Amino acid sequence: MAAPHRQSRLSNALFAAPYLVVFIALLVVPLIWGIYLSLQKADLFGLYGFTGWTNYARVLNDALFWQSVRNTLLFVVVTVPILVGIGLFLGLALNARTGGAAFMRGVYFSSTVLSVTIVTLIWRFVFIPGDGLLSLAFQAMGWQPIGFLSTEGWSLFSVGVATVWWCIGLPMILILAALQQIPGDLYEAAALDNASRWRTFTRVTLPQIRGTLILVATIQIVMQFQLFGQAQLMTNGGPNGTSRPMVLYIYRAAFENWDVGQGAAASELLFLIILVAAMGQYWVTSRGPRT
Amino acid sequence: MSAAIDIRHLTKRFGALTVLDDISLQIEDGEFVVFLGPSGCGKSTLLRMIAGLEGVDEGEIALGDRRIDPLPPGERGVAMVFQSYALYPHMTVRQNMAFGLENVRTPKDEIERRTDAAAKILEIDHLLDRKPQMLSGGQRQRVAIGRAIVKEPKAFLFDEPLSNLDAALRGRTRLELAQLHQRLGATMIFVTHDQVEAMTLADRIVVMHDRRIEQIGTPMEVYQRPATKFVAGFVGSPAMSMLPVSGVTQGPSGARVTVDGVGDIDTAVPLPPGFAAKGASIGIRAEDTTPSDTGLPLTVDVIERLGDRTLLHGHLPDGSELVAQDTGRSTVTAGDTVRVAVDPHAVHLFDADGRAHHATGAD
Repeated sequence: MAAPHRQSRLSNALFAAPYLVVFIALLVVPLIWGIYLSLQKADLFGLYGFTGWTNYARVLNDALFWQSVRNTLLFVVVTVPILVGIGLFLGLALNARTGGAAFMRGVYFSSTVLSVTIVTLIWRFVFIPGDGLLSLAFQAMGWQPIGFLSTEGWSLFSVGVATVWWCIGLPMILILAALQQIPGDLYEAAALDNASRWRTFTRVTLPQIRGTLILVATIQIVMQFQLFGQAQLMTNGGPNGTSRPMVLYIYRAAFENWDVGQGAAASELLFLIILVAAMGQYWVTSRGPRT
Repeated sequence: MSAAIDIRHLTKRFGALTVLDDISLQIEDGEFVVFLGPSGCGKSTLLRMIAGLEGVDEGEIALGDRRIDPLPPGERGVAMVFQSYALYPHMTVRQNMAFGLENVRTPKDEIERRTDAAAKILEIDHLLDRKPQMLSGGQRQRVAIGRAIVKEPKAFLFDEPLSNLDAALRGRTRLELAQLHQRLGATMIFVTHDQVEAMTLADRIVVMHDRRIEQIGTPMEVYQRPATKFVAGFVGSPAMSMLPVSGVTQGPSGARVTVDGVGDIDTAVPLPPGFAAKGASIGIRAEDTTPSDTGLPLTVDVIERLGDRTLLHGHLPDGSELVAQDTGRSTVTAGDTVRVAVDPHAVHLFDADGRAHHATGAD
C-alpha cells in the first residue's frame, strides 16, 4: 500500500514542480537577495561590504522617504475604495444579458489592456496646461485654468484619476463574475418576500459577493501601493515631491543616485507595509458574519 | 385568510413562442390543486404568473375579489416554495423566515410568535439558529415551507418542491403536506410532473399539455374518465395500453371494435353517433385485464414482479404493445403466450382527435 501511495505523492509534486521552480526563481530568490542587498553597501557595480541596519536608518531618517510614504498611503486610501465602489457600481449596472451591456463591459475593460505609457499619454492630453482638454474646457467656461500636473494636491489627484480609469476593468470583471454566480431564485424569493431594491441589495446581493469584494480590495491595495509608472510619466513626482510614491523614491535611490543598498532597504519597508496593509484589510473585512 | 383564485383567458408568450394559450381556471378557497404535466407544458410558467415572477400577456388573475396580475410579487398575498428552496444562504433559519415579515414592518413580537409557531408545526424549532448549508435536504424543504407559512398568505404556491428529495423522504413529505393542508385549510397550488404526487395530494388535478389544459378533475375522474388520449396515457403507471382500431360497429352492450390481427373486442362504451374508426384507438389499463382461457393472445416479452401483482409486458399478433396484470403468484415466464380477458366496462375509446369516450357510470 505504501509504495503506490508514495509514488502518487511524487507524481503530484511533479505536477507542481514547474510552478514551484518559477516561483522560487522569480519571487523567493529576489526577495532574499533584496534583504541581503539592503544590509550591504552597494551600488550598480557591486557590493562593498556588510553595513547592518545602516541603510534602513538612512531611509528612516530621510524626510523625502516619509513624504513618499504619506503620498502613497493617501493614494491607496483614496483610490482603493473608489475602485471597489465604481467596480461594484459598473458590475451592477452591466450585469445584464443584453448586447449593450456586453459592449459596455468591453469598453470599460479595454483601458486595462493598455500600457501605462499610453494611459499617461491619454491623460496628459486631458490635464496638460494650455492645450489640454480640461484647460480648454475651463477657458471656454471663462474659468481660471488649473495646472493639474504642476500644482500641489492636484498632481496626485490627476495621477489618481488616470489610475482609476486604467485599473477599473479588473474589479468590474471580478465583481460581475460574482454577481452572475448568485442564483436567480434568491432574487425571486426576495421579490415574493416584499424586499425593496435596497433591502435586496444589502441583504441578498452584498452578502453573496462579500468574498469577491474582499479579494478585489486586497488585490487593489497590493497594486496601488506599487504606484510608479503613472506618477513618473505624468508628474515625475512633482511638484516638490508631493506626488512622489514610494516606488518612485526607491527608483530614484537605486537607479538615479546609484545607491542600491538604500533602494533595497526602502523596498523591504514597502514590502512590509503592503503585507501589513493587506493582512489588516483581510482581518478587518473577514471578521464579520461568514456566508 | 385564504382565498379563491380566478384565472381568466391567460396567455403567455416568450417572443414568438406561445407557452400558454387562453387558460381559464377557477380554484376554490381552501382547495388543493395540482398542475400536472410533462416538462415544457407550461405548468411552472402558469404558477410563476400567479406568483408574479412572469408577466401576463393577455388575461387576468384574481385572488379573492382582488385582481393581482398588475401587482408586484410581494403585494399579491401569495407565498411560494421553490424547487431549489431558494433559502438565503447567509441568514439563519429564523432570519430566513423573518425576512419577509421584516420587509413589511411586522412588529418584532409578532414575527417571533409566527416564526415559533411555524417552526413548531414543521418540527424545525431546534434548527432556528442554523444556516441553510448546515441542514439536510429535507430540513431545508421544511424551512422553505416555514418561510411561506409565516407570511400567512392567501394562497401557497409549490413549484415541484419534492423533486430534490430522495424517494423515502418524498413519500413522507407528501403525507405531511397533505396534513399541513388539512391543518391550515389554505388554498394551495402544487406543480409537479409526478402523477403519484398529484393523485395523493390533489383535491383537483389540472392536467396540462402543450400550452393548454387537457382536463380538470378529481384524481379519480382524471384516472378513470380521462378526457383525452394524452391524459389517459400520462396518468397511471404502467401507462394505459393503446390499440389501434380498424372498425367500429354496434355490439350487444356498446361499441364493438375491431383490432387488426386480434379480432373484435366488445366494450361497454356507448357508440357515439357518427363515430369514425379511422385513426381511432382503444385504451386498456393493466388492472382491467385478467388472465383467462379466452381473450386476447398476448406474447409476453418482459415480466415485472411487484410482489402483490405481476405486470406482463407483451405484444399482440398485430405487433401493438399491451400491459396485462396477473396475480403476485403468476407463473408466466417471458416468451409465453397467454390469453387475457378485458373488462368491457373499463375500456376507453378514443376518436381520431384523441377525445375520449367511456362506458356510462364507469367510475
